[in-house]
Amino acid sequence: MSKEKYITSSCIIAGQVIYKNGQPVFKCPATEPSEFLVSAYRHFALQYPKFHKMDNLAKLGWLANEVLLDGFDKEKYKPEDVGIVLSNASSSLDTDIKYYETVKSIPSPALFVYTLPNIVIGEISIRHQFKGENAFFIFNEFNAGFIEQYVSDLVNNNILQACICGWVEILGDSYKAALFLVEKDKTADSVIFTEENLNNIYQLHNG
Amino acid sequence: MTDIFISADNIISPVGFTTADNFQQLLKNVSGIKMHTGTAISEQPFYAALFENDQAFQNISEQSKYTRFEKLLIASISDALAKSKVDPADKRTALIISTTKGNVSLLETEEPSAELNKRISLNTSARLVADHFHFANAPVIVSNACISGILAILTGMRLIRSGRYDHAVIAGADVITRFVLSGFQSFQAISTSACKPFDANRDGINLGEGAGTMILTSRKEYSNGIKASAGSVSNDANHISGPSRTGEELNLAITRTMNAAGLSATDIDFISAHGTATVYNDEMEAKAINLAGLQSIPVNSLKGYYGHTLGAAGLIESVISIQSLKENTVIPTRGFGKMGVTQPVNVCSSLYKSELTNCLKTASGFGGCNAAILFGKE
Repeated sequence: MSKEKYITSSCIIAGQVIYKNGQPVFKCPATEPSEFLVSAYRHFALQYPKFHKMDNLAKLGWLANEVLLDGFDKEKYKPEDVGIVLSNASSSLDTDIKYYETVKSIPSPALFVYTLPNIVIGEISIRHQFKGENAFFIFNEFNAGFIEQYVSDLVNNNILQACICGWVEILGDSYKAALFLVEKDKTADSVIFTEENLNNIYQLHNG
Repeated sequence: MTDIFISADNIISPVGFTTADNFQQLLKNVSGIKMHTGTAISEQPFYAALFENDQAFQNISEQSKYTRFEKLLIASISDALAKSKVDPADKRTALIISTTKGNVSLLETEEPSAELNKRISLNTSARLVADHFHFANAPVIVSNACISGILAILTGMRLIRSGRYDHAVIAGADVITRFVLSGFQSFQAISTSACKPFDANRDGINLGEGAGTMILTSRKEYSNGIKASAGSVSNDANHISGPSRTGEELNLAITRTMNAAGLSATDIDFISAHGTATVYNDEMEAKAINLAGLQSIPVNSLKGYYGHTLGAAGLIESVISIQSLKENTVIPTRGFGKMGVTQPVNVCSSLYKSELTNCLKTASGFGGCNAAILFGKE
């Protein structure tokens, strides 16, 4: 039942650098979050016009997921067998503040829809047609122990066969994403899915 | 699989301040929804279920320390704990908080600052609530749009089944202020009258405020006679603010839930739907109910009594459903008159008394999320 599971890919976005499996794949120093995210989108030559409508939290998570899944063969899985479990500290406060500014004149429905943290899960799901279990949790800081337990439970019970999990946080100029792809089969570069390995990868790039 | 029992519960709403109060009022067809004019939160008149006086939860100690949102949570948890033997200070008791917007209303009244951001943080509220009751464990916060309440209950079930905890106190709350109301108004999602779930003339939601608490336990001797047997979550992968066109993904959550509980369609005695009374939500739910083969099962929506209570909805509506099981009485769908969905569903429009064993509760929300959960008699 509790067979080992593996982190088969990771993506960290912190300190104006994007890392894939520990290696920097994009740098753009001294830029604001929104500029940085758009620069990265252009750098990777991504083609997804909806990206430009997203708020910064969704952009950050969506972009990290694109890097995370580069090389991932999603055809291996049924849509309902891939899930997404994310977390952060500030919920959607970054966009809540921006939305409330518009309430003073004309409330913006385009911003209001992003005043929920789980919208980033919806954006990733739409992009890749993932239909499995999803959840968004709020913690003071990255809670690798909780994420490991919650995701292991879903995979061990065959509710999911693969899961994207981790942390997507942004408030003002401060941001960090740390996404992990968890699967049942090991690959050449994979590490065992444990609390310790999650923390090691997360802390490697403290931006 | 470990059996999970309900130990105690509570609802604090404009309808009543205990589960029993709320259920009695619903039996009498009392709704919390009223037209509000000349309020501080909207220039236009609107229908919503709002507290007229906060008496039940204003008397909580250290008044200035807690916001209205936190007081609601504290009042609800207090009443549920008083009715249960579960001890918050026990290391085997988890605390799970469900909300969509928490203290966001502070943006409306306070000057922007780093301290304000910290005060708005759900982590701050959850810690204050946990400390109030001396919970041994740090709280877990679920914020997943309108399925937050069901997902929080399901998270509690999973934490207990993983063996880490024996008990889970799950509480959800949201308050309605300008922030939330203006957003739904900007979407043109607010009904011009009291909402009409599944009705041909439905034209949108009413918002509601309130809190609900459910205490889960693996100890049969703490049970009040009802079990939470299984639950499931899915995503439409279709649109961030509109429901699935087919209902297939809500159906996925429903069928996975029934399969996990080892039940078939004929075992379900009634469904407590999300039933927000928007054109698209109710239509999608009717499709999902048909795909799951549940079209003949009585289905209700409680939005006509409470409005849409957002992060509290899954809790409040589950607690009423549990009370329905205990009292063998399904509450009618207030506001429903003439069938207004294209697929046949058995909308419960008057008090329905029958021997009830199993209830399916569903919800769907922004971000394309769907959730289903099953409650049944022991």
